[in-house]
Amino acid sequence: MDKAQIKDFIAARVAKELKDGDVVNLGIGLPTLVPKFLPDDVHVILQSENGTIGVGPVTPENKDPYHVVDAGGFPSAAAPGACFIDSASSFALIRGGHVDATILGGLEVDEEGSLSNWIIPGKKMPGMGGAMDLLVGAKNVIVAMEHTAKGNPKILKKCKLPYTAVKCVTKIITEMCVIEVKPEGLVMTEYNPEFTIDQIKAATAADLIISPDLKPMV
Amino acid sequence: MPKFISVEEAVKLIPDGATVMFGGFMGCGNAHKFIDALSKSGVKDLTMISNDGACPIKNRDGEVVDYYGVAKLIHNRQVKKLIATHVGLNPEVASQSMIDGTLEVTLIPQGSLAEMIRAGGAGLGGVLTPTGVGTIIEDSPYCLEKKNINGKDYLLMAPVHADFAVICGAKIDKAGNVWYKGNTSNFNLVMATAADTVIAEAEEVVEIGEIPPEDVRTYGVFVDYVVEGGKL
Repeated sequence: MDKAQIKDFIAARVAKELKDGDVVNLGIGLPTLVPKFLPDDVHVILQSENGTIGVGPVTPENKDPYHVVDAGGFPSAAAPGACFIDSASSFALIRGGHVDATILGGLEVDEEGSLSNWIIPGKKMPGMGGAMDLLVGAKNVIVAMEHTAKGNPKILKKCKLPYTAVKCVTKIITEMCVIEVKPEGLVMTEYNPEFTIDQIKAATAADLIISPDLKPMV
Repeated sequence: MPKFISVEEAVKLIPDGATVMFGGFMGCGNAHKFIDALSKSGVKDLTMISNDGACPIKNRDGEVVDYYGVAKLIHNRQVKKLIATHVGLNPEVASQSMIDGTLEVTLIPQGSLAEMIRAGGAGLGGVLTPTGVGTIIEDSPYCLEKKNINGKDYLLMAPVHADFAVICGAKIDKAGNVWYKGNTSNFNLVMATAADTVIAEAEEVVEIGEIPPEDVRTYGVFVDYVVEGGKL
């Protein structure tokens, strides 16, 4: 698979996690691909941290970049039934447990389900934006990312970079496998048959527990 | 009742070294006309409280041709301290803070910052939030204490207040009541409550009654000055 195929493969698998009516927050990058893989009978309500509940497609008619943007500052729009709210209300929704799933990328994830994705000390300090609140508040935290970065594992025993939040991730979905974060550790529940279990383990720097019900991803 | 003044008069209210909150999110909901005038005023050493540093505006070849919203003030080096949640889309923030060392940046989680400003405007002594527990936010000067309540850890974050808040609404009536279009209420709504002096830019000033009372989001009692910025 090339990069684009890997991203589509991960996004398609993430889409299966969402149920009709879920309130969902998508991070930038790969997670924004997820909606196109939703089956026709699954409609989710996309929430944007800057104040939209019910993000819809931008059209030439509704485009209004001075008044409606997404969390990246790009033109956005309201779907039928949407509403606009202020930042404090948006984060009451997020922190208060009213978002069913947040899907975001990660630089590192560890065995306790802690995630680092907001700062590389001395190199990059983009800021956490809404990520810290989303991680502690969303009912399901799904990390959707490539399994490794330039061949180096991103799933570690313990994150080396500063945490975005601790013990918050519920599921990790990569092009190699699906991992559930359980009290006993990281449990691999699905794998991509393009890889062997040994290859997946070799690309993972944390201990992987193989589920007795392990099944193929596709 | 608020005073209706020109953008130029309003800019003169802001002294060097002032702490100013700017409503908006990536420039959306920024008071563009006021910020444009402030960027030409020579006012310096500002402490800016803003969700972000907005961004440069690029042409089709990727060359920077202008700066959007609060990014103008950062580009002109009028900001000494920036308190924000995300600055990654304005590369000048990183260059001024990490290379030049001329800009001091404090990052706060977005939901915490919104609620800390709300607390600052609502007379509350702080915000107890689970956000940031176990992270370097525990070491932030804005984190007053870590507390365990009923078995769960929280951070007590300080309330935030400013000398000035600069907000922007699509319609403001002559009583200072503000109606926001789209998702521009963002940080404007809480910031309007949490500053000694509130300057509100209107895209359009309307007569009292044109904004039905139930559609008013920022109440005129919070607004000290209104400037007419014109349509965007």
